[in-house]
Amino acid sequence: MSNNNPNNASGKDPHLLLQSAPLLHQKLTTPAAMKDVWIALLPASCASFWFFGISAVLILLTSIAGAILTEWIFTPTEKRRFALSDTSAGLTGLLLGLTLPAGIPLWMAFLGGMVSIGLGKVIWGGLGSNIFNPALLGRAFLLGTFPIAMTTWVSAGDLSDFFQLHSSNLALPFMQGQLDAMSEATPLGLMKFEQQVTSFGSLFIGNTAGSIGETSGFLIILGGIYLFLRNAINWRIPVAILTTAALFSLILLLVDNQQYPSPLFTLFSGGLLLGTFFMATDPVTSPLTPKGCWIFGIGIGFLVVLIRVYGGLPEGVLYAILLMNAATPLIDRYTQPRIFGRDKQNLKNNNKADK
Amino acid sequence: MMATDNIAYEEMIKGIWRDNPVFVQVLGMCPMLAVTNSAINAVVMGVATFFVLVGSSFLVSAFKQWIPKQVRISLYIIIIATFVTVVDYSLLAMLPAIHKELGAFIPLIVANCMILGRQEAFASKNTVKFAVMDAVGMSAGFMIALFSLGAVREILGVGALFGFDLFGPDFEPWVIMILPPGGFLTLGLLLLFFNWMTEKRKQFLIQLAEVDNETIKVKANG
Amino acid sequence: MSDSIQEPGSRRLIMSMAIAGFISGFIIIAIYLLTFDTIKENKARELQQAVFKVLPGATKMQKLHYENNQLVLVHIDGVDDEMIFAGYDEKGQFIGYAIQGAGPGFQDTISLLFGYLSTEKMVIGMEILDSRETPGLGDKIFKDMDFVNEFKGLSIKSDLKAVKKGKKIKETEIDAITGATISSKAVVKIINKAYKKWSPQIPPVGNEPAWVENNTAQKTESQ
Repeated sequence: MSNNNPNNASGKDPHLLLQSAPLLHQKLTTPAAMKDVWIALLPASCASFWFFGISAVLILLTSIAGAILTEWIFTPTEKRRFALSDTSAGLTGLLLGLTLPAGIPLWMAFLGGMVSIGLGKVIWGGLGSNIFNPALLGRAFLLGTFPIAMTTWVSAGDLSDFFQLHSSNLALPFMQGQLDAMSEATPLGLMKFEQQVTSFGSLFIGNTAGSIGETSGFLIILGGIYLFLRNAINWRIPVAILTTAALFSLILLLVDNQQYPSPLFTLFSGGLLLGTFFMATDPVTSPLTPKGCWIFGIGIGFLVVLIRVYGGLPEGVLYAILLMNAATPLIDRYTQPRIFGRDKQNLKNNNKADK
Repeated sequence: MMATDNIAYEEMIKGIWRDNPVFVQVLGMCPMLAVTNSAINAVVMGVATFFVLVGSSFLVSAFKQWIPKQVRISLYIIIIATFVTVVDYSLLAMLPAIHKELGAFIPLIVANCMILGRQEAFASKNTVKFAVMDAVGMSAGFMIALFSLGAVREILGVGALFGFDLFGPDFEPWVIMILPPGGFLTLGLLLLFFNWMTEKRKQFLIQLAEVDNETIKVKANG
Repeated sequence: MSDSIQEPGSRRLIMSMAIAGFISGFIIIAIYLLTFDTIKENKARELQQAVFKVLPGATKMQKLHYENNQLVLVHIDGVDDEMIFAGYDEKGQFIGYAIQGAGPGFQDTISLLFGYLSTEKMVIGMEILDSRETPGLGDKIFKDMDFVNEFKGLSIKSDLKAVKKGKKIKETEIDAITGATISSKAVVKIINKAYKKWSPQIPPVGNEPAWVENNTAQKTESQ
């Protein structure tokens, strides 16, 4: 794989760019698309700094550092400049960091960044070859590995000033962090285990306990709208996820309004918004066809509510997206558009497909 | 005499590295993943497999003239199963705590394709000396693989090795390592490492071959 | 290497199988007989140690069955689900009952043994016999000594209840393990279930089954 470019192999600067088709020149390059996502994540990142202080800054920096370092180590020397210039590794690190709790030891955030890139991307063959969303894979690994540290939440806005650092952040590598603040249940945890509903206002603004970048519904939607206006994401996926989740929880609410939360709570609690706009829409791990996008989104929306309501864990976005990632090749295969002039028998079915 | 000794030695060594049953042949994955959540379990499993494989390889090659081709697989299974039962009862009597942990995987050694594979592929076609050498090498390779997996998983998952605490009371255990996904992850990473090493070694040998063309021929044909 | 070029007759095939089977059977019986006593001893000792652990002070035990509206001594090897154990101290003084329970945990069935003091209506010890709970989390039901010690002197006048750590108010409540709430609740549920089943069958205070000397079942197990 490393020797398919004879110009690079000689170690000289390539004047002749060798590429496989398609060779159309487009304004939308990988680095440009990544830049849009960085900008769209800015509001959510700022919210994390506001609510969780310097801890959030350090967590984001270490998970980004872990991701970039791993990408750097596992990229052949002659390809490094190119591979790192698209900033996708750093973006994976940022997305992972936003899904971590504020009190997590920094070494875990670093390890998460390494696993995201190492097991989530590099091992599959680099950008564009991975099956699962790397950031979510890193989070799944951390959740499975350190279940207690990953579910010990501190309440947002509890800090006296910005520079108050949680002592557990500074735990030595391989050692436990002792949380100094009172641990707090997330809105989803409160709902599941104590039947307490968090007010919509808090969920919308974000001053609740939770992952540092997931609490503020408003700012995440702002980023999502930016991505949509820049045409950087496939709008079908968020629409499908949010509609399905809302409808499913509405049905549950109609069945029993004591036990199940309202659709608005479902949409604005936990990682659903962040996952919907920034992780499920990852072009590498989501279907290519419009029809496939609808199936993919509906699947995620359905699974999220299913896991939240009937599963052992309060939150289900992570596993819902990963499960549908795994189903993506299959969805793509069965939603291929008809080749013109062939397969007349399938004509009827394909007429029904949306555009 | 000297020549056969060398070849017999080669038969033993190949199981440890070049034809390692786990890392190269990818056989015996069931016990590999199931019982390696601690180093001691892995080693006991390795010893049990060693006993079964060496014993049955010896018997199969010793009695190969009297084993009819049509029923050879059934006879191999009878021989293997006998050894497994002996191991099972001995462990139950001597190490009841570990037997409880290993549970069904001791009887399942019967179904370890590595053992039946050695009978069919090697012991039934070679002399007793070679068969035993081969069995020793193969089970040593299997044991090394089991141990490395079990050690990695126990060190990260519990912070200990053979039950001895390595990191002190503040260690944060990697829970996933003790669970089945940790087995798959570690095995995958070890396979990656092994293939990488083999690749490096091959490159080294190719370099060597440029110096001495004869050396590579002997090594490659083994 | 193979010397059999012509097809061997089916008689030879059957004979070789039969001989191998015979030898194999012989070896298996030999190893079974050889290890039988040790295995039996191990199992009995394991049970005995568990019983002594949940009944502090006990040094002797008897196995009991509930038959014809009363507890009767049984002298059989092994354990069955309908068995209850009575623990006695050195002088044969009755200490308490050890009751078995089993039920679904987070991963698989948890089976446990708990010591019960009928005079005080109190649980005086709990020991997990078998469980496959998540290592590092669920396995704290027997590794976390704070949790295990909560069962030493726990009133069971009403149903036990596992509550969030630090929120214990009533004497029948225990602190659940942080991060292993389901396993903690499972343990409590198993004890409640077993207690419901056995409490009507346990004789009133003062009518405890007496220690029977020269108990044959006891003899083989007391080393």
